[in-house]
Amino acid sequence: MSSFALAVRDSKTMLRRNLLHARRYPSLTLNILLMPIVLLLLFVYIFGDVMSAGIGGGGADRAEYIAYLVPGILLMTLGGTPAGTAVSVAMDMTEGIIARFRTMAIHRGSVLIGHVLGSVLQALISVVLVGAVAVAIGFRSTDATVLEWLAAFGLLAMVATAFTWIAVGMGLASPNAEAASNMAMPLIILPFISSAFVPVDAMPGWFGPIAEYQPFTPAIETLRGLLLGSEIGDNGWLAVAWCLGLTVLGYRWSTALFNRDPK
Amino acid sequence: MPTTTTTTTTEATPLAIVATGLRKAYGDKKVLDGIDLTVPQGTIFSLLGPNGAGKTTAVKILSTLITADAGDIRVGGHDIAADPQAVRAAIGVTGQFSAVDGLITGEENMLLMAELHHLSRSEGRRTAAELLERFDLVEAAKKPASTYSGGMKRRLDIAMTLVGGPRIIFLDEPTTGLDPRSRHNMWGIIRELVSDGVTVFLTTQYLEEADELADRIAVLNDGKIAAEGTAEELKRLIPGGHIRLRFADPAAYRHAASALREGTTRDDEALSVQIPSDGTQRELRSILDWLDTANVEADELTVHTPDLDDVFFALTGETTVPHQPAEALR
Repeated sequence: MSSFALAVRDSKTMLRRNLLHARRYPSLTLNILLMPIVLLLLFVYIFGDVMSAGIGGGGADRAEYIAYLVPGILLMTLGGTPAGTAVSVAMDMTEGIIARFRTMAIHRGSVLIGHVLGSVLQALISVVLVGAVAVAIGFRSTDATVLEWLAAFGLLAMVATAFTWIAVGMGLASPNAEAASNMAMPLIILPFISSAFVPVDAMPGWFGPIAEYQPFTPAIETLRGLLLGSEIGDNGWLAVAWCLGLTVLGYRWSTALFNRDPK
Repeated sequence: MPTTTTTTTTEATPLAIVATGLRKAYGDKKVLDGIDLTVPQGTIFSLLGPNGAGKTTAVKILSTLITADAGDIRVGGHDIAADPQAVRAAIGVTGQFSAVDGLITGEENMLLMAELHHLSRSEGRRTAAELLERFDLVEAAKKPASTYSGGMKRRLDIAMTLVGGPRIIFLDEPTTGLDPRSRHNMWGIIRELVSDGVTVFLTTQYLEEADELADRIAVLNDGKIAAEGTAEELKRLIPGGHIRLRFADPAAYRHAASALREGTTRDDEALSVQIPSDGTQRELRSILDWLDTANVEADELTVHTPDLDDVFFALTGETTVPHQPAEALR
């Protein structure tokens, strides 16, 4: 078997293993799904009136804020699933079965690829579910074409892949689940300090750059552009560059950590 | 493929494992300080040593889990540094800590192994079913492995190791933590493996286990091989056979101690004496006859033959005394 065919086959096996875990123990997955939905409802129904007054020059209605908020919430969902991945990778690495995998003639990276594929799949399912809730409470895209919908989904998949590889590295670098959970905090915090809830130019001047120069903001702005027809500008390329950069970085980091001698 | 660097004379039997000058250190701590190992195909080799002697490190290196700092290693005819994947294809490993996926069932664990060995679906199912049957896990097959008892987990662990039909099997302390019945079952399993021509590399801290199973034993202490040979050869390294007489009455003890011949060891505190003996029936009878003649009547008589414990303590302990009073009863 060629090494590529071996990689594909073993990764598929490992993906099946991870999906089996997720199906057997859905609580972690559900936990992660809950947070963006709760935030969505909270920001729309509790803070909605105040928040919407802040955007679009006052007098904005709630529907406008929903439209503004949903792309951010969707990307926040993509931050939460990888945070769960970091924890489950760290937990998995403490299991004896990983040592067994290392002594078997299988594609070495397949353990990690299995985690990544499983996690990206879960992230995308979560996005669809959160999206469905958003539509249920009144989110509508402004005449996005099929191509734009596909591009939006592709962007979400890229973001999910990038964050997941970073999260796998975090999980591998952590000695236990608690440490992994702490290390993955930025994935959960970063959306809050992005343009997810309020526009960057509404933030204090010193804070603007922090919100602007991080992966979530260009991805959110690109998604807004695709679904709501706002100006994308450089954000499209920036988002793609962030995704590719983080994917390569996360992949290199993860495989280097995994190829180290285990303790 | 015989290596030119080893001085072994058993070129006739193909060697499953050859390691020379194996070294591993973690920081300043030398875990393995230049050990040589040779294991002929189809035999059980036991690495015996106290906790922290470096047994697990040796297994981890030989099974490609970690890399050695120095040393030439060939496993199954493949150089471990140059072609670890070829080594991995030839071996099966059951580590000290159970290497099963606790979140999925026993059967799913087996099927996972079958898939990773690239067996076809039907072949995988057949192999899994056969091994679950052989290791008495059919009833538990549909339950998550995390709910298994220690003995069941070990059996599943070994069953998983056997899925690919490995020719060389590493077992790191396979019976540690098992109850006596499970331990005897495990011994039976290990013997069965070798009868199929498989080579077994076993580590243990139980001398009885090495004595029971191994064709050859190496005693590892402090990162070095302290002795190597068959159980018999190792036992011959040290004297130790004796008959021990214990008395309840101090007067009887004093009488016996004064009446006894040369070469006996007295233990005034325990009120016991030890008479050197080779443990044969003939010698035992002559000693009993002589005790009768001298009118010595002990409250308790035990025959102590030299066992691996004596070797072990002699080779690994600080004291060189092969038999302490507390060790005599067994």
